Amino acid sequence: MTLPDPHRSHHDMGGLPADTVVRAEHDYAMWEKRVDALLVLLGDRQEPLVSTDELRRNIEGLGREAYERMTYYERWISSIAQTLIQRGVISVDELGRRIQEVTARESAHD
Amino acid sequence: MTDAHTVTFRAGDRVRVRVAHPIGHVRTPYYLRGKGGVVERICGSFPNPEELAYGRNGLPARPLYRVRFLQRELWPDYAGPPTDVLEAEIYQHWLQPEDAPP
Amino acid sequence: MSGDHTHGAHDVRADHDDSLTYYQAMEIAVRELLIEKGVLTAGDVRRQIETMDARGPQVGAIMVARAWVDAAFKQRMLEDGSAAARELGLQIGPLKLIVVENTPDVHNVVVCTLCSCYPRALLGLPPDWYKSRSYRSRTVREPRAVLAEFGTVIPDGTRICVHDSTADMRYLVLPRRPEHTEHLDESGLAKLVTRDSMIGVSVIET
Repeated sequence: MTLPDPHRSHHDMGGLPADTVVRAEHDYAMWEKRVDALLVLLGDRQEPLVSTDELRRNIEGLGREAYERMTYYERWISSIAQTLIQRGVISVDELGRRIQEVTARESAHD
Repeated sequence: MTDAHTVTFRAGDRVRVRVAHPIGHVRTPYYLRGKGGVVERICGSFPNPEELAYGRNGLPARPLYRVRFLQRELWPDYAGPPTDVLEAEIYQHWLQPEDAPP
Repeated sequence: MSGDHTHGAHDVRADHDDSLTYYQAMEIAVRELLIEKGVLTAGDVRRQIETMDARGPQVGAIMVARAWVDAAFKQRMLEDGSAAARELGLQIGPLKLIVVENTPDVHNVVVCTLCSCYPRALLGLPPDWYKSRSYRSRTVREPRAVLAEFGTVIPDGTRICVHDSTADMRYLVLPRRPEHTEHLDESGLAKLVTRDSMIGVSVIET
């Protein structure tokens, strides 16, 4: 197995070989638009709670495999949550409990 | 070492991107490190993204330049005409005068 | 443990009939927590989505059409893109815009190799391909091949300038005005301008 070059982060891909560009587009799902809205609302305020730079750095920090496996807005919401934890806006405990509760709540609707 | 905060370069200056490969949040792409180019314009001074990425304020602001590179100097096998160029924004602390020792 | 759900926190339901993914649940959880903590409201989220939905390439097209009919405006736009946008009353927020002009000598194309920076206030949300590994990796190295995949062939006598949005600036390409359009007014011209031509992967043909 060829190990990746430690000098180059996996997101820093300019110039690397890659496939033909697939001219895919999709209409954004509502949840994706909400993620996008969250970033704008958290960043574009008097005292930003999540900067674009923190978003990027935490996305870069997801690691190579997660970066490839996750969709664009999955990376965004993970990074937003990570940043809010780093900033102390939400706690790991709160987030964990609420995700469980949301999951249970939404299953009950099915 | 170039001062990080005082505007040092002007449009037309020949510069070289430093070679360094830190971990952390870096906005100087790998493919440009060590490459020489010409300052196309100064974009202004902005807070340092390498610091903003960690929730710090990135001040004092640092000069940001658009630098123009010849594609044939970036890629050994560049397939297009020799006049093709690439321009990217590089912060001053990643630049040195082209003839400075590496 | 049940939290005290602020009125309105459940206004926006999951949008799929199939089960919620982990990340969709995370989005709901984060949003609810932020609403409960008073950081933002459900109304803020709805309004921001409406603002974003109203943005699309038709906004950038306004700038292009004006530049095509008004040479002095074009000059100002090329010197300071953000000021020119504001001059037209466009709500661009903190966008730092550089407009680059296509001419017979130069064809411009924009990419963000490090992530997917894009002038959203002028073009709306970026297409998936702009954010793809292929586009981000190859456009800086073989722009002519990538453009050919979009059906765009630039002659060798026209140099290509690739702009990698590595920092704070955002880029809009001013495409060349197509021939045989002298009869069109500004709004008719704006209708010709495509998103892809303002990214630089296409030219506008008549």
